[in-house]
Amino acid sequence: MRRLLPICLLIGAVVAVQLVTEVSDTRYYLTQLTMAAYYCLLIIGLSVLMGYAGQISLGHAGFFAIGGYLSAALTTHNLIEYNQAGLVQALQQLGLLVSTQDIYGSSLLVVAPWAAALAAVCAAALIAWLLGIPVLKLKGHYLAMATLGFGIIVYRVALASSYFGEADGISEVPPFQLPFGLAVSGDFSARVENYYIAWGVLIIGLILLRNLIDSRVGRALRAIHAAPEAAEAMGVDTARFKLKVFVISAVYAAVAGVFLTHYNGGIGPSEAGVMKSVRYVAIVAVGGMANLNGALLMGVVLSFMSLRGVFGTYDDAVFGLILIVIMLFAPKGVLSLNPLARVRATIGRRRLSREGG
Amino acid sequence: MTLELFIQYLFAGITYGSIYAIVAIGFNIIYNTTGIINFAQGEFVMLGGMISISLLPVLGLPLAIVAAVVITMIFGALLEICFIRWLVNPGVLRMIIITIGLSILTREAALHIWGESIHSLPYFVGNEITSVTIAGARISPQVLWVVGACGCMVIILSIFFQTTSVGRDMRACAANRTAATLCGINTRNMVTLSFMLSAGIGALAGCVVSPITSTAYDNGTGLAIKGFTVAILGGLGNSMAAVGAGLLLGIIEAFSVHIIPLAFQDAIAISLLLLILFIRPHGLFGSRSAGLKEF
Amino acid sequence: MALLELRGLHKRFGGLHAVNDVSFGVERGLIKAVIGPNGAGKTTLFNLITGTVPASGGQVLFAESDISRKKPHQIASLGLARTFQNIKLFSDMSVLENVMVGLHVRSRTGFIGSMLRMPAGRREERRLRVQALQLLDRLGLSDFADCEATSLAFGQQRAVELARAMALQPSLLLLDEPAAGLNIYETAEVGRLISSIREQGVTVLLVEHDMSLVMDISDEVVVLSFGKKIAEDVPQSIQQNDEVIRVYLGE
Repeated sequence: MRRLLPICLLIGAVVAVQLVTEVSDTRYYLTQLTMAAYYCLLIIGLSVLMGYAGQISLGHAGFFAIGGYLSAALTTHNLIEYNQAGLVQALQQLGLLVSTQDIYGSSLLVVAPWAAALAAVCAAALIAWLLGIPVLKLKGHYLAMATLGFGIIVYRVALASSYFGEADGISEVPPFQLPFGLAVSGDFSARVENYYIAWGVLIIGLILLRNLIDSRVGRALRAIHAAPEAAEAMGVDTARFKLKVFVISAVYAAVAGVFLTHYNGGIGPSEAGVMKSVRYVAIVAVGGMANLNGALLMGVVLSFMSLRGVFGTYDDAVFGLILIVIMLFAPKGVLSLNPLARVRATIGRRRLSREGG
Repeated sequence: MTLELFIQYLFAGITYGSIYAIVAIGFNIIYNTTGIINFAQGEFVMLGGMISISLLPVLGLPLAIVAAVVITMIFGALLEICFIRWLVNPGVLRMIIITIGLSILTREAALHIWGESIHSLPYFVGNEITSVTIAGARISPQVLWVVGACGCMVIILSIFFQTTSVGRDMRACAANRTAATLCGINTRNMVTLSFMLSAGIGALAGCVVSPITSTAYDNGTGLAIKGFTVAILGGLGNSMAAVGAGLLLGIIEAFSVHIIPLAFQDAIAISLLLLILFIRPHGLFGSRSAGLKEF
Repeated sequence: MALLELRGLHKRFGGLHAVNDVSFGVERGLIKAVIGPNGAGKTTLFNLITGTVPASGGQVLFAESDISRKKPHQIASLGLARTFQNIKLFSDMSVLENVMVGLHVRSRTGFIGSMLRMPAGRREERRLRVQALQLLDRLGLSDFADCEATSLAFGQQRAVELARAMALQPSLLLLDEPAAGLNIYETAEVGRLISSIREQGVTVLLVEHDMSLVMDISDEVVVLSFGKKIAEDVPQSIQQNDEVIRVYLGE
């Protein structure tokens, strides 16, 4: 019951918000709430990496962009002129391609969104794995700089390659058809549907991560964070665990990138920018690093406000300020300032062990 | 490649390399006294350029540069006093995040003061097309200014650290902070001083290079990552090696224009950084036992 | 053959020869102590055995297999557990959770299994909890199971660290100064604890400064001085050994 309660509360809140917008005729808020949910997916993944495994990543916008860009490029680049090529024909045989027509009536042959999404997420996972092997041996400043460097490379590549649309990015990305007649798209009529898809994806992601943290693996991760030498002496393969968490958080970022790109119908290089990565780190820090609920709450609130343009031209400055203020005055996050949370945590833990005993 | 073209590339490389070296030395000075990598290091260079450009109409070139350096030094000292000095035993992660936040705030402030457009100081001597001929290649005299100014800074800094009592105190701080405190050195003031020094040399570099590269509010991040690459390449904390590493990176970048499109040029430095971090994190010139032990 | 066998072990740190050609064996079922003045290389020796520091030369054999090139986590999973001189408990985790990390190598649920909360994983989780609680019970720590480990008194923290190491179900237990910072009553308690661990069939190798504890509980003693082994014998003979007395008392 203790596990399900927060999830039930969250689902209740999601439904309540939708009903409120319906009644008060403010349905346009759903658009930003949908986008905020996808950003939160990335943020909870990063929260596990930073808070539980203790590894900083200043390159998560890079993984987001890898997911979004690859999915966008594969579903928009017309393969019709390569129709005769063996590879394209083989893909077609496997049902990985779809033929459609564009608005001018000329025929298009592109990769099916689900196949593109799968390829994009796999690519992000592979890149995270290859990058992680050497990078996660590094600590502190070195890790921060190496991941920052990775993010900049992704940004530069997106900005400089014509395949990824250079400074304009990629637009007219088709909807992503899901089972049961659902589709991830920015279509006006599908706004409510997409709100629920986004929050559904986020809640599933959250449940998976909660399970991870409450398990043997989660304990090992926290042990690595608290005392790496002792964790190693207890037989925890620290390098492998860190690498796996890094890959998982990269996958979360890539999935978020894929969904948001199909929802927005496009992606631009700013999504890969360093400022985005820093923003994600800021949100995780405000939420309290090792606190998934905090990261989720702050992720929704801050992303929503930012997307609504509340901060105006001070958008980036606000996140910079948040970083400094939080790190100076409340390095465990704003929720740690609440003494009730501490009491609740102690009670929760006591009950946890009683159930087992 | 003709000899002329070769020399032209070489000097372009040396110009950029000198700036990278100065940024790297800025990293090192602060790292040595505090163990912190100051992610806002690149912003000092940007501030130096911007402030001198704004003061130019009022004070004239020489005074504008002096004022820009002084103001940036005060800014550096304020950063340390306001945000870093009073933290008790902060973790590395916390320090990284704070200095990143500072760099963002500085950059955003610059954006609101000077706007998005690119500014630059006039050439110190002549204009864009003035040139001196070296071994048949035509080089802008500003290049000589950059190389000269950076060279002077390195020499003055090493004299400062080797011979003056304040410089020796700072080195004592770097070698062993606790021991330095016990010897009666005010280590906190040394940290403030290291921020001022880093800010000062960064600002001066920002001024001399502004006519060639121009100054924009978002110059800082790129410079910081290249400066860090150079600092790592030379071995963190080793300033003399940083000069060599800076020139090396500048020259590699300059010649790579031949092979790799300009748009990917930043990627070279970063790939190099990643490569170095993976195979020799203690630097090309560093010893294995130093380097990573701080963490 | 001995459970643990050191053969000509060397470790140099720059010019310092911290461990110089040390060889000895630890027979199954014994308590063996390593003693020596400060800086004799005792902790370095431990770090070499557990793989925390790579050896400059020589071999470490554990249960007849060479572990000198293995990583600490691999060595741990072979059944070699340790405690630390400066206690290294996992902060922000309860005593129970600390001990459950000790059961890491005795469990196997992976990332995917954990994320999906497979039935097998949940069964395993319940088993770990029960085992950890039993272990705490045996060491008289069950009242503290839910306390944050690092909030306990010093002596209790040592006991938790011991419980965590025992959770690994090791065949060899390395204790790095188990009585450091304890008063005489607590030290005596630790002595009883170590003897009871041996009764359970676990071989113990310890580094200790407290001579009375060492002489009380150990079956054999190795004496190190400046990285070299200068004596190895039963406690009674060590106490009579001229060279050992010279090293300890000076001339």
